[in-house]
Amino acid sequence: MAEIRKDEAVDATPNVTEVDVVDAATEDAAVVALDKRVDRGEPILQVRNLKKHFPLTQGVLFKRQIGAVKAVDGVSFDLYQGETLGIVGESGCGKSTVAKLLMNLERATAGEVFYKGQDITKLSGRALKAVRRNIQMVFQDPYTSLNPRMTVGDIIGETFDIHPESAPKGDRRRRVQDLLDVVGLNPEYINRYPHQFSGGQRQRIGIARGLALNPEVIICDEPVSALDVSVQAQVINLMEKLQDEFDLSYIFIAHDLSIVRHISDRVGVMYLGKIAEIGTDVQIYDHPTHPYTQALLSAVPVPDPDSRDHRERIILTGDVPSPANPPSGCSFRTRCWKAQDKCAQEAPLLAIPERFKGADGPAAHESACHFAEEKDVVHAA
Amino acid sequence: MTIIDQTASVPGPSDGGADAPLLEVRDLHVEFHTRDGVVRAVNGVNYSVSAGETLAVLGESGSGKSVTAQAIMGILDMPPAKIPQGEILFRGQDMLRMAADERRKLRGAKIAMIFQDALSSLNPVLSVGYQLGEMFRVHQGLSKKEAKARSIELMDRVKIPAAAARVNDYPHQFSGGMRQRIMIAMALALEPDLIIADEPTTALDVTVQAQVMDLLAELQREYHMGLILITHDLGVVADVADKIAVMYAGRIVEQAPVHELYKRPAHPYTRGLLDSIPRLDQKGQELYAIQGLPPNLLRTPSGCAFNPRCPKAQDICRTDTPPLFEVTEPDGSALPGRRSACHFWKETIHG
Repeated sequence: MAEIRKDEAVDATPNVTEVDVVDAATEDAAVVALDKRVDRGEPILQVRNLKKHFPLTQGVLFKRQIGAVKAVDGVSFDLYQGETLGIVGESGCGKSTVAKLLMNLERATAGEVFYKGQDITKLSGRALKAVRRNIQMVFQDPYTSLNPRMTVGDIIGETFDIHPESAPKGDRRRRVQDLLDVVGLNPEYINRYPHQFSGGQRQRIGIARGLALNPEVIICDEPVSALDVSVQAQVINLMEKLQDEFDLSYIFIAHDLSIVRHISDRVGVMYLGKIAEIGTDVQIYDHPTHPYTQALLSAVPVPDPDSRDHRERIILTGDVPSPANPPSGCSFRTRCWKAQDKCAQEAPLLAIPERFKGADGPAAHESACHFAEEKDVVHAA
Repeated sequence: MTIIDQTASVPGPSDGGADAPLLEVRDLHVEFHTRDGVVRAVNGVNYSVSAGETLAVLGESGSGKSVTAQAIMGILDMPPAKIPQGEILFRGQDMLRMAADERRKLRGAKIAMIFQDALSSLNPVLSVGYQLGEMFRVHQGLSKKEAKARSIELMDRVKIPAAAARVNDYPHQFSGGMRQRIMIAMALALEPDLIIADEPTTALDVTVQAQVMDLLAELQREYHMGLILITHDLGVVADVADKIAVMYAGRIVEQAPVHELYKRPAHPYTRGLLDSIPRLDQKGQELYAIQGLPPNLLRTPSGCAFNPRCPKAQDICRTDTPPLFEVTEPDGSALPGRRSACHFWKETIHG
């Protein structure tokens, strides 16, 4: 990875959170620490009790805060080097806000995100810029995330203008063409505009832009949901190929559970700003213990008409409650068929349930439910 | 709307027997005349639906599935759209040759449509009760008060909680799933014989999708309606459809009863779609992907439109457009309802 030039102007943006003034020496130390490689199997990203509350205000001049939308409300997980962590959940559960917090595009209300041991929510200036180079994002909608007035070469090359140390000036055009080749586009398309490409090709451009700075972590926010069925598989294959080639770690946010299962090593299920259950793909899909995960999995239509008559389906009633006014205790209790008084009073913690503690089986994974119980809904006949 | 010459031969109304299909689309063509040329969005589509039956029309964006539905409903903008040939028979009567006001009597009362995006299909400045009641006021001439009472009944029917209290609410006050229920209620208002649902659950979350599909299936059974379900989701199709028509580049490439199609696809495109679904035993392997891109309808490839992406394409595929062949067992015995528009359907289905 390229060195950061010493004479570079320090980012003048004031740090909005109450952080100690970062002096040049600690910032240098931070930048050096970020250049270390993490071994396979070690955590590269550690998220601890991350929260994002958007204030709800009333009045024009004196804006009084009358509440908060708790979009992300205490999320903790680890991302290990070289793995793919899938995050699933319904719309409004806070998946995309988590992605933005990890990129430091939103300031967290509370909590920490450690990238190689550095808390990136507290970083600013050069150190933050160095982090941003290493954590990149691929967006959902390839139609709106590419500037229609820029050529593909400019869109991908813009990353080198922002991080000039990562590619020498004369070499950039060739680098962009290499990147286009890597993602399976013709390098001669460098002067074309986004509208000249189809949805799948545009998503490849978005991926090329994400790869441009040789990042270590790529956060994919619904990367294939806007694409046609026959093109989704192409993009998924490309992402898996790139992961092997460049030793990337992915956070893969999606609502399509079968695609998440295909690509992920571990899966986290989110509900109303919290993680309901997290574990390996086998633990979550074959041995779910949280009732929400069970309902979610059972609601997924199975592309096999023979299964439709003897499949058990849990149809939840009602809608997701508003994150501005979440239910007390367990946030899922309003739609849960197991809910009891305890659920309203006490919020369950994300931990391995007591009853599975000693056991070594796949049911022993973290699940935030007082009455966690194993139930195989996918194979239920 | 264009009124087509009345002197053309009108097929006699069918006897309305139990076996006669409710709706039959015959050799329908739709073109759009644009600045860049003529886009042939639908090129000879044939399908039929009987009462109580669910036909799923499966296809990617641009395959012509929605345009076919809009042509059936008569809500295509003409121009730029044009229907150069084809028949749409509803209970034996060709709707394309009907007078505009006659057709208007069918629309809503006999054939209704559920649109994909409920938020943009409902009028944001009118209460849902008013919009539901419009069906009764316009078609049945009920008074405002009666219409409102009927709207509340309808909202109850589609299981909207506290219907009487919410009848004066506006669309933005409802969640996505509830809005889609209102769309369903609106389509059901006059108890039509046929409902066309254009991607009714695509914008919804899976748990809500399950609720909405359940409701739709229940109401369909209750009223014994025909249902045309337009979708690209192979999972939803497997759950509810009786028969399937797969569309590609404006043509039907395969037709089959639901169980048959998933077991033995007879067209390489269908096979490709089914193979590209991630399956458990393929974890860690590369997914099967159909190569290339859906065709540009301004320049549909010659011969079979799928030939540039087809792994089995031969010379004949590039020159001759395959008709919709009848598919049979290897010994020649018939497979009712199965058709495939592939020169090599035998190889595709029987290996």
